[in-house]
Order: sequence, then C-alpha cells, then structure tokens
Amino acid sequence: MCFRNTVGFFIAIVIGLYFPGGGLAQDTMDEIIRYREMLKEANPAELLELEGEELWVTPRGPKNATLEQCDLGLGPGVLRGAYVQLPRYFADTGKVQDAESRIVTCITELQGLSLDEATRDWYKPGSENEALVTYVATQSRGEKIHVPATHPREAELYGIGEALFFRRAGPLDFACSTCHGLDDRRIRLQELPNLSTRQGAQASMSQWPAYRVSQGVVWTMQRRLIDCIRQMRWPEPEFLSEAVIALEIYMQNKASGVVSEAPGIKR
Amino acid sequence: MKARSIRIGLMVTAVTAGLVSFWPGATADDEAAVLNATDAAVEAVMRKSFTNVTPEQWRSRVEQDEVQKLCSQYQNNPPSAEAQHILELSNRGFRYPASGKLLGDWRKGEKLASSGKGGHIGTIRPDPPGRKRGANCYACHTLSPSELSAGNLGPGLTGYGKLHGTSPDSIRRVYQKIYNAQAFYPCSQMPRFGHNEWLTPEEVADAVAFLLDPDSPVNQ
Repeated sequence: MCFRNTVGFFIAIVIGLYFPGGGLAQDTMDEIIRYREMLKEANPAELLELEGEELWVTPRGPKNATLEQCDLGLGPGVLRGAYVQLPRYFADTGKVQDAESRIVTCITELQGLSLDEATRDWYKPGSENEALVTYVATQSRGEKIHVPATHPREAELYGIGEALFFRRAGPLDFACSTCHGLDDRRIRLQELPNLSTRQGAQASMSQWPAYRVSQGVVWTMQRRLIDCIRQMRWPEPEFLSEAVIALEIYMQNKASGVVSEAPGIKR
Repeated sequence: MKARSIRIGLMVTAVTAGLVSFWPGATADDEAAVLNATDAAVEAVMRKSFTNVTPEQWRSRVEQDEVQKLCSQYQNNPPSAEAQHILELSNRGFRYPASGKLLGDWRKGEKLASSGKGGHIGTIRPDPPGRKRGANCYACHTLSPSELSAGNLGPGLTGYGKLHGTSPDSIRRVYQKIYNAQAFYPCSQMPRFGHNEWLTPEEVADAVAFLLDPDSPVNQ
C-alpha cells in the first residue's frame, strides 16, 4: 500500500515535468507515448493485481470461504479467458453482469457478506473491487475479447447500450458520442478514442482496467464510465447499474477480436 | 452482434403484435418504429440506474427535451423535415443582457473559455454549491494562438474577429450562436450555453467579445 503511494507520487512528479504549462503540443504527445512505453516495463497496476489475488484466495465472511469457486461465466474457478467474455448473461442471477458486478455476486453468495459490505468505498483509491477486477482481468491478458451478445438479454442490453451511447441530455447536451463518435479528436491535448468504431473500441477496451497516471490508481471500466457520465454533468449512475453494463456490452461487442493487454496505462 | 440483430428482434415483436410487417433495410418509417421500441426500454433502464437523483436534477439533467430526443434518435443527422423543425424550435427564446450590450468584456470571456469547472453533481466529486461554471471553449476550439493546449472537436476559431468584424449583425449572429448553436446547425454538438442557462446572457456577451473584439488575443 505504502509502496503504491510512493510510486504514484513519483509518477506525479515525472508527469509534472512533462507538462510545463502546455509546452509544444506534438512534443508533449511524443513524451507521453514514450513515458507509457517506459511504464509498461513495471506497471504499478501489478501491485493491485497482487492485492486482488490475496483477496481472492483468503477465506472470509460469515461462510469463511474464498472466492476460488467464483463462476465468472466459464464455470466455477475458471479465470483464464473469463474477463474478456464479459459482460454476459448469468442464469443464476437472471442478469447480464460485468466483472465488477459478478465479483460482487460471488462475494455475497460464496462468502456471505452483504451487498453493502461488498461495494463499500468502491470508488476509493485501491478499493477491494478494483483490486479483485484487476486480478481477474489480468488472468485474461493475451486472450481475445469475445462478447457476441447473442443471448436475448445480452442482445437487448446491447441495443440499449447503443441508444445510450448517442443519448444527448443534460445542461451541456452531451452524449458519449459527442466526444467519442469521431476519429482523431482531442479534448485539449487528450486524445479521444472513437468508440463507435471497431478500431476505436478495440484500441480502448483492450487496455481496461487501466492504471491512471494522473490519479495514481487503477480504474475499472465501471469507474471510468461513471466518471465520464459525471463529467457530462449528468447525475452519477449507480455502481453496477444496468445503464453502465449496457454501455460496456456495446463497447465490448465492438471490441471483440482484439487481444487484451489489461491492465493498461492511461493518462 | 450488430445493431441489426436487435432491430430484427424488435421487428419480430412488432409483427407478432400484428402492427405492421416489414424487413430490414426498408423505409425510414420502419427505422422510427424500431427506435421507438428501444426508446421505452432505454428510459426504463435510465430510471433503474439513476436512482440517487432529485426531481429537479432528473428534469434538467436526465430527461430530454424535444431537440435532444430528435438529435439522439437520428444520431445528430436529422432528415430535412426534422432538421427544419429543430431550427424553428431553436430560433426562439433568446434572452439578452439588460444593458443591451451583446459585445461584453473579452477578458472575462477569456476566463470563461479557459475554465472547465463547475456543474458537477453526485457523491464522488461534486462541485461546491454555487461554484462558477466555465464555458471551456478551449476543450474543443483553438482560440488565442498562444494557447497551445486546445482541442479539435470544434472548428478552429483563431482570428475569428478579423474574419467576421464587429458589425451589429456579426455581433448578434455570434451571440445567438453561442446562446443556441442549433439555431444555425441542427444537432450541432456544441452545448446550447444560453438556452440551457449554463451561462448568463452577460457571460454569453463576454464570450462574444473574446471572439470578436479587435483587442482580444484571439485576433492578434
């Protein structure tokens, strides 16, 4: 924990050096790309992955059980390839679930903890959910994203996700597509993936969950999307809510076929 | 899975209901019927997912007005009849500063253009109440040539005033465009800063001055 904060602090300093109040746009972009390459050698997300593994194999809760028998869609205990096939429909809950929500189901069902205990402080740096998702996602690194969304509930949620992607609302009239519907666009100097295309969705989704250099923490896709929506000046959707999972299945379906490099490194 | 599959699914439902029979790739009417079916489902998911919201927040931040609905439905590319309708809806209700001055203070306009602060709600990182809202023009537009950290979602506006001048017509046109960009371009991606009351009429006038005033850094 202490070590991670130190790493985050170090990174904040390095980034500070790379953004001396603007600088030359292209030089800055080149520096960011070089810096990301450098970080790949020792991604700070690996520390969170280890924490997640520890949580996964440690018995706890009223049932004093571990999460090792958690079924993430490929059967109890199967981790390899599970993350890249989420969100998917689960018959036991009757819901389309992503990694974040399925892990919470495992915590409540296998370990007997309450929903509140399983989701408390989910957005705080280094939260349990983020550690567990990072661990689970890392077990699919090198596997292809494969979310065909063929189950009727998955197909329905895909359609809702697509409509939500283009849904304009709020005091700034923003939709996801406002910033993520065109190629080669930037907010200030920050490049924006075009998530309405296969290529853009693949480039982006192959990286999540990701270590966020500017924050010094790992963010899951739930966290990323809820923050995007917050910045659109909409209210925040609930953690694990259907709207978020709908957007995820829309993007994961578009990204299908790309090899996951999670955890990635982002701004 | 492509969008078409869900559309086929919804079409089958429609056919079963005995409403109408059609097939993918048919007319615009078919598309509209399909999108309406999705619409109700989308709104149901919105209701379930955004629960920690006051009625006022729901009205101003989640619920769509007619223009937002049309632009969402047509993915910002409305057919000509709908585009015309959006122009009509958007060309009314302009409010102006009490002073009558539509060319305000470019220094204040520059501050608005540089700030992306204000207006965040929720529990994770809300703004303190009453925090001044910026217009964040630099997020999408180049303006002063000395500000290199400018986005490209919108067109470049460097030298805008040199091109358009400060005639009353020019000033009024730019004022109305910032107030409600959709009065000029239906489904423009630009926020309707005045119409949505994100900026006051006085602040819109300051933004106009930042663009048009010959002394503004935009025109140096």
